[in-house]
Amino acid sequence: MPAAALDPGLLLVLAVMLPATGAVAALALPGRWAGRIAFGLWPLGLAVAVAVAWTVWAAGAPLHYAVGGWAPPLGLMLRADGPSALMLLVAAIVIGAAGLYARADLRPEPGATESRAAVVFWTLLMALWSALNAVALGGDLFNLYVALELLTFSAIPLVCLGGSAKTLQAALRYLVFALVGSVLYLLGTALLYGAYGTLDIVLLSGRAGPEPAAILACALMIAGLAAKTALFPLHLWLPPAHAGAPPAASAVLSGLVVKASFFLIVRLWFDVMPGLSTAAAANLIGALGAGAILAGSVMALRQARLKLMIAYSTVAQIGYLFLMVPLLFGVPQAEIAANAAWSGGWLQLASHALAKAAMFLAAGLIAEAAGHDRIHGLDGVGRAVPVAVLAFTLAGLSLVGLPPSGGFAAKWLLLSAAVATGQWWWAVVMILGGLLAAFYLFPVIGRAYADGTAAFARPRDARSREFVVLALAVAAALLGLSQLYPPGLLRIGLGSGLAGAGVP
Amino acid sequence: MTMTVFGLCGAALVGIGLYGLIVQAQPLRRILAFNLLGGGVFLLFGVIARRGAVEGLGSDPVPQAMVITGIVVAFSATALAISLVVRLKETGRGDDEGSA
Repeated sequence: MPAAALDPGLLLVLAVMLPATGAVAALALPGRWAGRIAFGLWPLGLAVAVAVAWTVWAAGAPLHYAVGGWAPPLGLMLRADGPSALMLLVAAIVIGAAGLYARADLRPEPGATESRAAVVFWTLLMALWSALNAVALGGDLFNLYVALELLTFSAIPLVCLGGSAKTLQAALRYLVFALVGSVLYLLGTALLYGAYGTLDIVLLSGRAGPEPAAILACALMIAGLAAKTALFPLHLWLPPAHAGAPPAASAVLSGLVVKASFFLIVRLWFDVMPGLSTAAAANLIGALGAGAILAGSVMALRQARLKLMIAYSTVAQIGYLFLMVPLLFGVPQAEIAANAAWSGGWLQLASHALAKAAMFLAAGLIAEAAGHDRIHGLDGVGRAVPVAVLAFTLAGLSLVGLPPSGGFAAKWLLLSAAVATGQWWWAVVMILGGLLAAFYLFPVIGRAYADGTAAFARPRDARSREFVVLALAVAAALLGLSQLYPPGLLRIGLGSGLAGAGVP
Repeated sequence: MTMTVFGLCGAALVGIGLYGLIVQAQPLRRILAFNLLGGGVFLLFGVIARRGAVEGLGSDPVPQAMVITGIVVAFSATALAISLVVRLKETGRGDDEGSA
């Protein structure tokens, strides 16, 4: 087979279509097949993600594929740059871990061949994976809208998988926020199309100027996406939704789903409208991020339940991502990808995805051992599930920002960018956020290792799940070492390969 | 002129819908408000399609294709929201019976 004849861009189609096919097949085949399909597809999906990252890195330029052979502005383009490749990899890893965890967690009761929750979980997990990859690879703003909606529709039923009134309420609230967010995004795309006659990201970046229509459109889209990312003060839906879902679903929701809309904010801000950002807008986004860090951490500190505490910690950790925007303000377009804040922001996204997924899964095991997730009743739970508590501790290192974790490297890069640009106030907020994270996490860890009188039962199939959780947590804790060997993947931006990106 | 009227109608629908979503607390009313908001956005797409019409064509087909997709998405979103509301109602009642 002549390898040169194969378009490497087909990998991008595979990344979206493999899990989508799996989701459809899981609907068509008997329920007991859903899990097997997901497990059969996962290694393939991971291989595709690795292949995309490898190809982008080796070529030093974005990968692209014109769907149906139609070039923009008529056709739709799939594109993969460095950050897209990172998203694909992180999604594949977290989804795989959540799947392995769920295989034991959702195993049907003895005698039953399939459980409804399990079938729904596997089908939605594959749909969610496909939508995440479509968000990472989409090159057209309307195409991205569809991907975002697919993501929302597969994420919301995961929230209420348990089926209790409380989780249904959380799902409904999440849905309302998500729908407002997506309708605002859609309104923005309408305005952009009306003004420039295209929605292709690369074409738009060449055409969009600081006109009122473009500014209004971007403001609407970013506000909508911020609601979906749960940026403070639009975070109200997140804690009940993420805390009420089953552990494997929480890991995917907190680790990946909120990152997808953040990813699009970065796309809009740095790829579509590099000329439109003003100091006031950048500082407003930074201030909301700082508000998220402080408010999320303080709320996490006040929680009596472990899963709610972890969910509020997600609100806080999302705040760090948004500090990228003011820290990169004023940096010339060509130098953004080489800036410390750029790598810091993406590293924070990746390390939070791994650490938070590990933490939610560990909390699931801890809650199963204890029969509840009230923090003050967890004294000595470390004896029942020692590996889960160890994983919780390692993931905590990353959230607090202690070396050599990915969280440490990310926050260090962001801090150094804040100092280098003289914006010391963001540095103060980041240090405070780290301290507060230590305040809300260490008491839990201390209790888990303390002597306790309460009796804890070891959950069934705990060993395999503990191994998965530990692997994720170790990955998060060692991610910081990737800074020692920067492969330059993140520097490959959409703009860097304009000639090769299929623009006429 | 007609397009300006449609555009203003779209803007008014977006405004009413957004107001309803923020002010209303009942889930069903919020879902209706979301549909008004969506209707306004779709109308705006129609206006943009007409404005971008090439010579000899009634309108630009691309925004029309987007509206069709948008309507399908809004319909599915409404269906999902309604089913959640119905399920919530049933679950709530089930809990009452269980405790009684």
